[in-house]
Amino acid sequence: MSLDYKVPEFIIERDRDKCIDCQVCERQCANQVHIYDQDLEKMVAQDIDCVNCQRCVKLCPTNALTIRENPSEYKKNKNWTGNMIENIQKQAASGGILLTGMGNPTAKKIYWDHILLNASQVTNPSIDPLREPMELKTFLGRKPDQIEFDESGELKDLPPQLELDIPIMFGAMSFGSISINACKSLAQAASDLGLMYNTGEGGFHEDLYQHGERTIVQVASGRFGVHNEYLNAGAAVEIKVGQGAKPGIGGHLPGEKVGAEVSKTRMIPKGSDALSPAPHHDIYSIEDLRQLIYALKEATDYKKPVSVKIAAVHNVAAIATGIASAGADIIAIDGYRGGTGAAPTMIRDNVGIPVELALAAVDDRLRQEELRKNVSLVVSGSIRNSADIVKAIALGADAVYVASAALISLGCHMCQKCYTGKCNWGIATQRPELVKRLNPEVGAQRVKNLITGWSHEIKEILGGMGINALESLRGNRLMLRGIDLTDKELEILGIKHAGK
Amino acid sequence: MKGSRAEEKIMSGCAISGILNRKGNRFSGEEIIDSIALMHDRSNGLGGGFAAYGIYPEFKEQYAIHMFYDDLDAKEEVDYFLNRHFNIVVAEKIPTREVDKVSNPPIIWRYFATPNEQKLAESGLADDEYVAQSVMNINANYRGAFVVSSGKNMGVFKGVGYPEDIGEFYKLEEYEAYLWTAHGRFPTNTPGWWGGAHPFTLLDWSIVHNGEISSYGANKRYLEMFGYKCTMQTDTEAITYLFDLMLRKHKLSLESAVKAVAAPLWSQIERMEPKEKKIVTTIRTIYGNALLNGPFSIILGHKDGFLALNDRIKLRPLVVAEDKERTYVASEESAIREICPEPEKVWTPRGGEPVIGLLEGRRGV
Ligand code: SF4
Ligand code: SF4
Repeated sequence: MSLDYKVPEFIIERDRDKCIDCQVCERQCANQVHIYDQDLEKMVAQDIDCVNCQRCVKLCPTNALTIRENPSEYKKNKNWTGNMIENIQKQAASGGILLTGMGNPTAKKIYWDHILLNASQVTNPSIDPLREPMELKTFLGRKPDQIEFDESGELKDLPPQLELDIPIMFGAMSFGSISINACKSLAQAASDLGLMYNTGEGGFHEDLYQHGERTIVQVASGRFGVHNEYLNAGAAVEIKVGQGAKPGIGGHLPGEKVGAEVSKTRMIPKGSDALSPAPHHDIYSIEDLRQLIYALKEATDYKKPVSVKIAAVHNVAAIATGIASAGADIIAIDGYRGGTGAAPTMIRDNVGIPVELALAAVDDRLRQEELRKNVSLVVSGSIRNSADIVKAIALGADAVYVASAALISLGCHMCQKCYTGKCNWGIATQRPELVKRLNPEVGAQRVKNLITGWSHEIKEILGGMGINALESLRGNRLMLRGIDLTDKELEILGIKHAGK
Repeated sequence: MKGSRAEEKIMSGCAISGILNRKGNRFSGEEIIDSIALMHDRSNGLGGGFAAYGIYPEFKEQYAIHMFYDDLDAKEEVDYFLNRHFNIVVAEKIPTREVDKVSNPPIIWRYFATPNEQKLAESGLADDEYVAQSVMNINANYRGAFVVSSGKNMGVFKGVGYPEDIGEFYKLEEYEAYLWTAHGRFPTNTPGWWGGAHPFTLLDWSIVHNGEISSYGANKRYLEMFGYKCTMQTDTEAITYLFDLMLRKHKLSLESAVKAVAAPLWSQIERMEPKEKKIVTTIRTIYGNALLNGPFSIILGHKDGFLALNDRIKLRPLVVAEDKERTYVASEESAIREICPEPEKVWTPRGGEPVIGLLEGRRGV
């Protein structure tokens, strides 16, 4: 066997003065990094298996542990970085594709951080959200051009709408890719907060049916768990065409994650790999998409809005226009920084475009086509804080999907090893002993706290702008200015540079 | 130099005033000038203007098109356009007098005209839409020309200066109208362009407005989807188009349009009767981007009367009064008492509560 040249990515430092050899870290680490050495009568660590999930650090009762990047450095080379070299060595040893989890971590420009928000001074008073009402309610779904009455003068019903008290939804994460306790936490939080969460392509676990009114059920290329009852159990149906982290490719849930519950919910044999093909085998064109949209509307008796989710790719504006005219009620656009349970590293880090640019381009195009007033627009990948949300809505979104941030509130520490199934935080795992680490009630409360905090921040920002209802922010790009952006970037975003 | 159109959003504070004779009896422009003049300090001399309804009874079948031109070239081009697209009954200079404090006026002209039958038939449009599109075409595409107003039996007189001086400049004491509205401007930047003064109009609609709309960016982009081009960078233009869209094109009632621009809070909607709740929820859902946010008070003038409205949390002043024949609205009560010392009724409408003044016998605008 050849050498695999593997060196620890992280170094574990144990403060011997603090460590009491209690073995908590040993019990907490599913990667079996920490071991109590009987002969030495002390804790030792196998640094090489550590993924830096911070579980042991946070649970160590004496704060004895520190995890650091391995300080060992390769000879400086901007082209052949250590990361590049190690990737090649990994593949030279395995012959496989490089896998990873979570969103694109590379140092490409994050446009949110180059956009600044406005506030009122003198000519227009700011509004204090603690004293004045501040409205964040949003409706997603198809809107007619104008109010319509029937022959007898009665107001016609609107097409079905999703009512959100805060313009936030939890993005698609399947049961299978995340644990049932993570699903329950999100579903409970969505119910309590008046938001929506999304089943992803994991089917609808029976414990979650009680949250049906707050559920978007997804139909993806694998069609896992899709049946009539499933479609009608949620408040909306989403066709997943693509995902920002891996546009153009399908999904793969390894057989070891397909336990009894996942097998039942997805309607696939226990232990079998759940393969979502890259395309839907019944969507090879926009006409096909239209047929599927209407098939789903028929199946749900036109009572549920149908969303179509796509990855942000080069010609996203034209695609979105096609989707709007194909009959979708909601278009969801997932940017290239969006998270994932598992994706090939090369795809995640190189395919797709930033959601900020995609959103601006799609909103512009839908307006040119005079369709934006009819169709709702949701963006995701990655929304990191309340300011990102305000910027997204001012650029033109109706609402955002939040996924990675919600998982972080549940305990995720962004180790990017979701695909291993050994998530020490009980999130991206199906191992019962790990899943039970996440208490769904505590989890729901933490997610709720996060969103509540964000909604307060959004209200503060709106009040500062002199706006007291979210619809006055939607598409209001005059509230945005760019910083450190080229003319081209400003043109695409449709905003002025700071100082102008 | 006639000043130029603003490149960026114009912010301004202001004074507004309006008088309606509900019986349709006409009266001269002197009182409205007195009323707006009392609020002199709410303006800064950078814009004043008046809308007058009922002033052209002899031409009430024609559209009265008031124009500003920077120079004769601009006039020549628009004349060519108007001659091709309209039958012009009268074209004349609007009479003005020299006033010390009013300088550099543009060329001010008016036309009484009807759409050219053949062009109208070719366009397949209704008269009003034909005129509205012509107006937007001139404003967007004809350099140095600006349509000041385009309704029937009404006209707008405005310019750079204090409103009382503008009134004198235009000899408004010589006109008689049943509805007058007036505006004095206090812009924070100084484009000093005559077209930028209020009222702003389209067809019969005229708007005078005090305030700054923080939702302008959202309103403007919404209107663009319905073919409106907002070229003036003012809130007032956007507000005018919003009303035109909802009232003329979508045939909403005035009450419904008010529910869109000054929408009740969701917490209020929650407490409404089921039927009303459904209507208001539907309006807010469809016309969310028509919501006017930020401080404003406006008077929307129309041939049948007016609508006065505050933003829904009342960040700008607005007072209403009534006597036997007339309804008054103004930014300040003193501006009403100046011309009607003892009104029968004076009140301050709540935020978002519309005050609708109609000619007798009219059911709504
Ligand atoms: S993998 Fe996590 S729990 Fe295990 S040693 Fe590393 S940081 Fe600690
Ligand atoms: S979900 Fe778990 S495995 Fe995935 S990044 Fe977060 S902590 Fe790591």
